Amino acid sequence: MKLITEKRELSSQLFRFIAPIISVLVALFVAGFLLQAAGVNPAQAYFEILQEALGSTYGLSETLVKTTPLIFASLGVSLAFRMQIWNIGAEGQIYMGACGASGVALFSGIESHPVMITAMFLAAFLCGGLWAGVAGILRARWRVNEVIVTLLMNYIAILGVDYLIYGPWKDPKGYNFPLTAQFSDAARLTEYFDTRFHSGFFLALFCALVLYLFMERTVWGYEIKVIGSNPKAARYAGMRTGLAIFAVLFLSGAIAGIAGFGEVAGLQHRLQHGISPGYGYTAIIIAWLAKRSALGVVIVSFLMGVLLVGGDSLQLTWQLPVAFVYAFQGLILFFLLASDFFIHNRLKLVKGDHHA
Amino acid sequence: MLEILLDATVRAGTPILFATLGAIINERAGIINLGIEGLMLIGALAGFAGTQASGSLLVGVLAAFAAAMIAGSIHAFITVQLRGNQIVSGLALTMFGIGITALFGRGMVGLTIKGFERVAIPGLSQLPIIGKPFFNQDLLIYFSFLLVFGIAFFFARTRWGLALRTVGENPAAADTCGVPVLLFRFLAVTIGSGIVGIGGAYLSLATTPMWIENMTAGRGWIAVALVIFASWSSYRALAGAYLFGGITAMQLRFQAMGTTMSVHMLQMLPYFFTILVLVISTIRLQKGASQQPEGLGQAYDREDRK
Repeated sequence: MKLITEKRELSSQLFRFIAPIISVLVALFVAGFLLQAAGVNPAQAYFEILQEALGSTYGLSETLVKTTPLIFASLGVSLAFRMQIWNIGAEGQIYMGACGASGVALFSGIESHPVMITAMFLAAFLCGGLWAGVAGILRARWRVNEVIVTLLMNYIAILGVDYLIYGPWKDPKGYNFPLTAQFSDAARLTEYFDTRFHSGFFLALFCALVLYLFMERTVWGYEIKVIGSNPKAARYAGMRTGLAIFAVLFLSGAIAGIAGFGEVAGLQHRLQHGISPGYGYTAIIIAWLAKRSALGVVIVSFLMGVLLVGGDSLQLTWQLPVAFVYAFQGLILFFLLASDFFIHNRLKLVKGDHHA
Repeated sequence: MLEILLDATVRAGTPILFATLGAIINERAGIINLGIEGLMLIGALAGFAGTQASGSLLVGVLAAFAAAMIAGSIHAFITVQLRGNQIVSGLALTMFGIGITALFGRGMVGLTIKGFERVAIPGLSQLPIIGKPFFNQDLLIYFSFLLVFGIAFFFARTRWGLALRTVGENPAAADTCGVPVLLFRFLAVTIGSGIVGIGGAYLSLATTPMWIENMTAGRGWIAVALVIFASWSSYRALAGAYLFGGITAMQLRFQAMGTTMSVHMLQMLPYFFTILVLVISTIRLQKGASQQPEGLGQAYDREDRK
């Protein structure tokens, strides 16, 4: 008897659906061993994550607060995925979006709330878009690897924001802390229920809906899908792939940039270091787990929000480093890739020496 | 002055050199590895922990090699055996590396070890200007020189090296010739990952003999970009790594001299230059004959062979 793998004639729809669920469960299981090895009781830790993130109004509001930027960033990343473009730079685009929105909030002097918020939104959209657009131009014009460019630009964006908050934008009354002055009331999104939960969340849901309609109901969305799945056919059909690459990366970065707007206008009310604790990287996993579906992005973002809020609390009770969440996310991706194999293949027991 | 700057260049360039060499071995076999940053961190922590536990730097380096090799074998299994997406798997490896080293590095923070010391090579180290920077260094740097020549020799002059290149260029042809494609790819990814790990260990055993969370700070990504600059040649990898070592060294020198330029602006320079170099070398590659392995990024499945 021997165990072999064999190709399925038809890819398994069932497996396509359950692969993400299986991979998260297996990752939880394996991460449990890692936690155990690091001296943390995994059952207790998991229980604590759920309780912290979902067990109270406050916890739930914090989870939604973290879900908000994740939805924006993941929508951006998954839009690029649709065209087989890898935007690994959502982190930097969030920073640039935050930077643009803050610039407007601090220096425009606009007093009307709706005008101010709209201007901040547009600035974030533009800054995030242009930041990713650099990689778009390089990729479209010279086929420069966008993975490396978008990623390296994360470091530049974060250092750029550091430059501003340690230098020209530093609050003169801030006791020399590296942060800008507080925004005026006109530049703040509405908060609800006496928590930090703000209207950015609804904007994120709206954005998911718009993106869904864009992909499924417009010619542009159709072109993006065709270029992604068959670039040669797209060129024969007269689609301008170069322009599309730039446009998609711009849009992808612009949407991630809105996450930065949400963080400064809804949450921090100023620009400071660590605006995003890696939302842009988590977004890559969310986009991959959600399998290109906008609804999927919203659901998975929420789950990752739970994980982040829970992770923060583990940091306090068990002195676990926040970055541990990355190990877990890496594991999810590993298992997802492994279980994807079974969408197209199956295991089979055969007798004797069988060569497939 | 020039001597000091060159010396700092070599020391700052060495971790990137190891990482680039490891990445080149991966890509020569046709597998993209974006897990370099994570592998370097794993190497850095394992190297430090190994030395801390045993008191021997050699044990530390071996631990770094082994740990990164094991981590790399996850990427190898997913991309080679399961034909999974190489880009996503590599990113997963980087995230995994960042997370797992943060978790297990908790106990190592604040501990110290005796790091690598300089060993002057008699005669050569007396040479003017280049003597001290290149021949009054630590053993890992000498090892990196050997590795550069060794890898170049392996790919150009040995049967296995040639076979491995074929595996990366045209796996179907290699398979027809009886080369075990999957095994070669698996070995290239794991051994390449191990070498990347040594690059990480250089940071925690020589550059600053201690463990700091996320101490690689993007060097792994610079290495990924340098593979293209180096057009998959180990000699050019040496040049590329020292170019970035040089920029880092100058940047630190400026900081030490207390210029009016912002520290953050100076810290941007290596990343900025990496992008610049990447763009230039990509354009150059497209103009001339591309050195990129033909089968890079493509999983090999015997059943799809035409």
